[in-house]
This record gives sequence, structure tokens and C-alpha cells, in this order.
Amino acid sequence: MRSYLFELKEGLLISLKAIRANKIRSVLTTLGIIIGVWAVVTMSTAIQGIDQAFQKGVSSLGSDNLYIDKWAWFNNDIPWWELRNRKNLSMDDYEKYAQMAKLPQAIAPTQWTRQTVTHDEKSLEFVNIQGTIDDYIRTTNLSFSDGRFFNELESKGSRNVAVLGHEIANKLFDNSYIVNQYIRIKGQKFKVIGVLEEQGSWVMGDFNPDNQVFVPIGTVFKYMQRENSRSITINVRAASSLDIDNVKEEAVAVMRRVRGLTYDQKNDFSINQQEGLLSAINDTVGVIQVAGLFITGLALFVGAIGIMNIMFVSVKERTKEIGIRKAIGAKRRTILGQFISESAVICLLGGMIGLGLALLSSLIMNQIDFPTTVQVDAVVLAVVISVMTGIFSGLAPAYTAAKMDPVEALRYE
Amino acid sequence: MSLIRIEHIAKIYQVGSEEVHALRDVSLTINKNEYVAIMGPSGSGKSTLMNILGCLDTPTKGLYIFDEENVSQMNDNELAQIRNRQIGFVFQTFNLLPRSNALHNVELPLIYAGIPTHERKERAIAALDKVGLGDRMDHKPNELSGGQRQRVAVARALVTEPSIILADEPTGNLDTKTGEDIMLLFNELNDQGNTIILVTHEEYIAEHAQRIIRLRDGLVESDKEVDKRVKPKENGVASN
Repeated sequence: MRSYLFELKEGLLISLKAIRANKIRSVLTTLGIIIGVWAVVTMSTAIQGIDQAFQKGVSSLGSDNLYIDKWAWFNNDIPWWELRNRKNLSMDDYEKYAQMAKLPQAIAPTQWTRQTVTHDEKSLEFVNIQGTIDDYIRTTNLSFSDGRFFNELESKGSRNVAVLGHEIANKLFDNSYIVNQYIRIKGQKFKVIGVLEEQGSWVMGDFNPDNQVFVPIGTVFKYMQRENSRSITINVRAASSLDIDNVKEEAVAVMRRVRGLTYDQKNDFSINQQEGLLSAINDTVGVIQVAGLFITGLALFVGAIGIMNIMFVSVKERTKEIGIRKAIGAKRRTILGQFISESAVICLLGGMIGLGLALLSSLIMNQIDFPTTVQVDAVVLAVVISVMTGIFSGLAPAYTAAKMDPVEALRYE
Repeated sequence: MSLIRIEHIAKIYQVGSEEVHALRDVSLTINKNEYVAIMGPSGSGKSTLMNILGCLDTPTKGLYIFDEENVSQMNDNELAQIRNRQIGFVFQTFNLLPRSNALHNVELPLIYAGIPTHERKERAIAALDKVGLGDRMDHKPNELSGGQRQRVAVARALVTEPSIILADEPTGNLDTKTGEDIMLLFNELNDQGNTIILVTHEEYIAEHAQRIIRLRDGLVESDKEVDKRVKPKENGVASN
């Protein structure tokens, strides 16, 4: 054991010497590994970042929520034409459900549409407008930076009042005196009564409350979209996530009655849940992960081939040196170890540089609001990958060196 | 007491479909503290014999006993160990590692012998002192003259305290004067009890040895003692 450690140490010293002697070549050779490790580490941290952002985005939906809709959001078991042929969910359906359902903590219908929103000279196109009722706020975890949500009176009376998402407010107004100002949605004047706090998850895109405007659902039907032209969504919140299965069961039973289904008819509505979104996201992230790591792995593989190539050249070039070493007593094992550790050290150095670059690029990505952090496991990954690559690509050249005939090798010029 | 005993050694190389008999049938005994020169024209098989004696190569046929161990049966690793512990090589082209300094070159066999750093350094310095290069330890081979390089090689051969020193045309790449100096060094080493085998084709170099073995066409042509050992004229003393 001691002699193995001794040989390892001496082999490392010899290889460091050889690497220093061929500086430019070592640097060029390492470039492949630098890029490979950089790509792998950056990719894996980026994927982690994406995953975290998704999780955060999803959790902003709330784990206690159900969404009753004509469409199944995530579940693709039901063919789309069957979904399309379902009857739209109407405000009537909502009212009947709200009357019969006893378990939910809060129930609110929503209808969304895209409209142009303006304030003075500023104009935003295709803004996601959510029409809903006062109870909606109780189905979410949203909080306000200023003002309030609309009340029962405003909701029932379909008053022209609006609650702005953080981003929308920022884009439409230069100052922070936003509440009680007026905006126009599809030309209609709306009074701003509240601004939401930033939710801060870019993943949800348009469906991020930051990018939405909330108005009483009646105003949507009045000015923007005929009632019943599209299905509404019924947002349902359970008292706690423990309760959610009961709420769901009740929802199915109640909705079947509301829709007047007989016992042999299939559900003509879907009950959507955060869980479904989670599993859809996990599938997506999984695909990105496999594809990303495959591509970056390819970069690393190309780097490894570069190392292998240069190690073969190096072995050939140092045939005489190998002959000398063998003549004065180096065993096969020693020569093998020398060349493998040489390529492992080259790769490790490259890996460290690649890791440094990855840290740097993660800092840059953080600057553009892409949440990444290089975790400890990424560092371990970089070290392990680069050493493994080095050993892998050094194996064949080292073996060629180790089995050289000393007489032939000494004669080589 | 015999240090080296070879019996009916043959070495056959396969060149294409043709067999080349480098050594046909060679038997020899070399004792401790002998100073032997192996001579012969090119193609006589002296390099092949030297490679076999140096455990760099194994014979096709025959028996090789080195210090009571059967070398002809050994595998690569055992041969490497014998080369490391028992044999010190001095080559015509010096064969030093070009990018390492003199000290590291001399240290190298000790590294392979597993000697710890501190002791290694001490022994390497002692060996370099012995060949008169104590002040050139940090120099790389290309910063040294031919004679100095060969002295580094001799120091490297000595440092493991081997049973024999094998010198293959050690003066072949040196001018006459420097070559003489190196031969003087070998005489000294022999006087100190080292066994030396010298391969050469120069008569005046071979005359430093006590015994000259002449090869021709893979066979021993003659094997006789030299009664007078020639010392360089400057010394003015000729001893037997």
C-alpha cells in the first residue's frame, strides 16, 4: 500500500514536470476539457435553476387549489376532440356548483382574454386580462403593494375597476402613485384600485400574476368577450392540502349533477391540479436534462478524444524516454501509472479552469435574472468527470507505452 | 564466485519470413569484480549479448543465471526489478532525460527502487560527487559537455550500488581525451570492487579490461585474460 502511494506521488511529480515542459501543447489539449467541463457544469446548474424556478412558479399556484375546466390541462389521456366537444362551463354552472359545494374555502370563476391596455401615451398589447369575482383573492396567496382587490359590490355591479400585476404597473406608470389613476382596456376606462406585490417567477410567463390585470368578470363579458363564447374556469380552494382529495371528490359529484350527467355518461369537465402541472414540468425538465447532458457530454467526449490523441503523440515522441526509464528499472505498472496520471492531471487542471468559467457564467446568468447557483455537487461533478475523462483517455496511450520493448525503445530516435 | 553464468544462449530474430541468428551458441561465466570487454565487428552479436546480459532482452534458447537466479525464466516485471537493483547501464548516447537536471537523472533509479526522498537526494549527491560533478547538479544535459553527460550517466549507474556496470561503447560519442578520462573512471570503479562489462569495438579501449571476449557471427571467437592493464601514460605507472 505504501509503495503504491509512493509510486502515485512520484508519478504525479513526473507528470507535472512533463506538463510544464510542454506548456503550449498542454494548454491547447486542455481546451477541449475546459470547454467540456464548463458546458456540463453550466448545463447542470442551469437545469437546476430551471427546475427550481418551475417549482417556485408552481407553488405560487397553491397546493390547495383545484381548477374545474372544460379542458384537461395536463392529462393527455383524453383525446383533444373529445375535450373540444364538451359543453362550455358557464357562469350558471359556477353558481350551481357554488351553491351545492360545502367543503371549499373559496370558489371563484375566471375568464381570461388578451387586450391592449393603455395609460396616457403608454400602451401594452396582448395583456392577459383575468375577469373574476371578489372571492378570487381568497383562492390565491396574492398580496398587495398598494390598494386592494375589488369588493362584492364592485364585482356584482361589474364596475370598471382593475387590479394590476407588478410588471404591468411598472410598464404603464413612471411613478408609484398608481392607485386611483385610470387606464384603458380595449378603449374602456378602468380605475386602478390595487397593485400586486411582485411574485417574481419568470417561468409562468403570461400566467404569472405579475403580467396580469384583474377586472370584474362582468366587465369582460360586457366589453371584451361575449359570455359563453369560451368556457370559464372555476377556481376552488380547499381549507388545507390535506382536505384537497375530499374537495375534489365532492367537486366531481356536484359537477356531474350540475351538468346533468346520467350514471353511464363520462365526465364532461376536468378537475386540474398543481400536481398535474408538476408532473408535466418534471417530464419537460427531464427531457431538457437528458438532451442537455447528452449534448454537453458529447463536447466532453470530443475533448477526451483530443487528450487521447495528444497522449498517443506524446507516448510516441517520448519512446526514447520510456526506453531509458525501463532500462533503469521502471516496471510496466510504473510507466502505465505515469502516463495515466499525466493525462488525469491535465484533465483535472482543465476541469478546474472549466469550473471557474462555469462559476463566472453562472454569475453572469444571475445578472440577467436567470436563477442559478453552482452547488457543491457541481464541483464534485466537475472534479470526478475531469479525472475520469483523464483516466479514460490516458488508458490506451499509457498501455502502449507500458508494453514497449525496452531494446526497441532505446534504439528509437 | 560466478556472478553471471550463461549456457548455450541463442537469440533468433524473425525478420519477415527469414530467421536471423544474432547469437548462435554462447556460454560464459563472469565473476565478481571482473572487468570484461566484449569485442567484435558489427553484426557479431555483441549488442544482442549485451542486451541479454543487461536483462533488457531474453534469449530464445539457453540458460542465464544471474547471482544464482534464473533470469531466462523471468517476466517483464522481475526483469525490471533486476535491472533496477543489480545492473547499472552506461550507454554510448548517454540516454539522460533531457528535461531533467543532473540530480534528478541520477535520482531516477532510486525513485523506481522506492527509496524515500531524503535518502534519495543524499545518495544521488554522493554519486555525483564521486564522478566529480558535485557542482553541476542543477544543470540539464544540454548545459553539460559530452564528458560531463557521460559522468552523469555513470553516476546514475552507480547510485543503486548494482552488482555489475554494463557499458555499451561508453566512449563512442566522446573525443579521445574525454574518452580516456571516462575509462580512468571505470578503472577506479573496478579497483573499488565493481564488476564491469564493457562493449566496444576499439582495441585501445578494450585494453583497459582484464579480460577480452571476442564475438564473431554469434559465436565466441576468443576469450582471454589481458596480462597487462594499460594505464594512461600521464600516470606513468603501469601495473598488472
